[in-house]
Amino acid sequence: MNAPQDVAVGSPRRPAPGTHITIRGLTKSFAGQPLYSGFDLDIPKGQITSIFGPNGCGKSTMINMVAGLLPMDGGEALFDGKTLSDTVIGYVFQNYRDALFPWKRAIDNIKYPLRIAGKTKGECDARADELVKSFDIRFDLNRYPYELSGGQQQLVSIMRSLAVHPEVLFLDEPFSALDYEMTLFMRDKLQDIFEATKTTMILVSHDLDEAVYLADQVLMLTRRPTRIAEVVRFDAARPRRPETLTSDAFIRAKAQCLEVFQREVRAREAAA
Amino acid sequence: MLNGRIANALTPAVGALAFIILWWFVTWLRWIDPVLLPSPQASARAIWEGFVGGNLLKDFLITIRRTLLAFGIAVAVCVPLGLVLGSSVRLYRSLEFVIDFFRSTPASALFPLFLVILGVGESTKIAVAAFGAGLLILFNTAYGVMNARKTRQAAARVMGASPMRVMMGVTLLESLPQTFVGMRSGVSFSLVIVIVAEMFIGSTDGLGQRVINAQMIFNMPEMYATIFGAGVLGYGLNLVFIVIERRFIHWGGK
Repeated sequence: MNAPQDVAVGSPRRPAPGTHITIRGLTKSFAGQPLYSGFDLDIPKGQITSIFGPNGCGKSTMINMVAGLLPMDGGEALFDGKTLSDTVIGYVFQNYRDALFPWKRAIDNIKYPLRIAGKTKGECDARADELVKSFDIRFDLNRYPYELSGGQQQLVSIMRSLAVHPEVLFLDEPFSALDYEMTLFMRDKLQDIFEATKTTMILVSHDLDEAVYLADQVLMLTRRPTRIAEVVRFDAARPRRPETLTSDAFIRAKAQCLEVFQREVRAREAAA
Repeated sequence: MLNGRIANALTPAVGALAFIILWWFVTWLRWIDPVLLPSPQASARAIWEGFVGGNLLKDFLITIRRTLLAFGIAVAVCVPLGLVLGSSVRLYRSLEFVIDFFRSTPASALFPLFLVILGVGESTKIAVAAFGAGLLILFNTAYGVMNARKTRQAAARVMGASPMRVMMGVTLLESLPQTFVGMRSGVSFSLVIVIVAEMFIGSTDGLGQRVINAQMIFNMPEMYATIFGAGVLGYGLNLVFIVIERRFIHWGGK
């Protein structure tokens, strides 16, 4: 009962300008082990923030709490000052096979969040058409998800998450189950969407190349109890293309992330 | 190529054909007294006559009616109940022993109890069959719900679906493959119980009563005909369920 009180009594840090999501006093423990305690974070609007950190530091746990999939033990997350229930969000799961509804055709999966939002059939059809056009979809969306390839399924689940024009898009290791060719394609697709919509995106990735390549800023986390080790900016112009991966700016940013990462892992090992 | 296809089509019939030939062979050589084991021809004739002119068809339909009635009651009561129980693990765990205990109790042992409560009549047969089938359906549905992948429910929740909508639109469908396993065993089970009930608890009709009567008056072709009738019924019900399952739960196992 004390945790939320503490946040209110202490002077809550004011969000930095351009902040979309303010996380304050986030507290969570599993089996008595604190994972987060009094964690504060500002996530900027209209940017891609990658989250990277050692295994078990709670990357997915954090976005799941912010997205309302897991209860917080304490603290809050506000979106432009609004609560989650007043905010439209999209979420792309790592395991598309378990996230799509296999009893619905791909196209009906995409329309599902629109139906939930109470849109008419006409509005659903119109929005689905719009998405199909903007994604330049060449495969048959009247098939069932299990009839599609992995990449196609993840594309469908990204379209589903974007159907309602989310203010924030959460992506939990969205490409880690795809082959390399598909991963490269999907990264660029995601970038195109970002450039077209400027939707705030939060990407959890276990692939440092990917985390840096897509991000405006990489949030480096420590081992548990989790804190922010460092925020590494990566300002390379968009659209970024595979050449970006060999540019000096990219290599510098990645080296910096790697240094922070190794320092964090080593610091804990020394402490242990 | 064509030969291969014909061979493929005929493969499933080989066992049945071999069985009939063996049967015919045994009766032709009179290895077994024809009074005890009539020839396939005599049995086929009894089936034909029973279905076309005799009462076999009538008894057949009566048994189907009882079986489906019991099954229908079991589904109507136990699918919703299974959904509720399955969505609260704590609730299910608290009742698990009772459910498992009665599921493991041979339903036929409950006949006397139901006879006392409901008397000798139609309702007892249907009630015992519904009870046994219902428990099978109940625990399969509950397990289907408990083992439903949480990601899909989470996906629906994150898209703003209300708890009721998640339940009806996701959890229910997610549990359907397992529910169908329960329904398929449930319908077979209620057939077994109905036949047994027709044999022993004051019945004047139905396949079970017919088998027993034929045996008592030593009308062996009639008895075999009725046994085959019951076999066709059991197999047919199973087949119908497999077809429905393939059509409606096209995503099962994928």
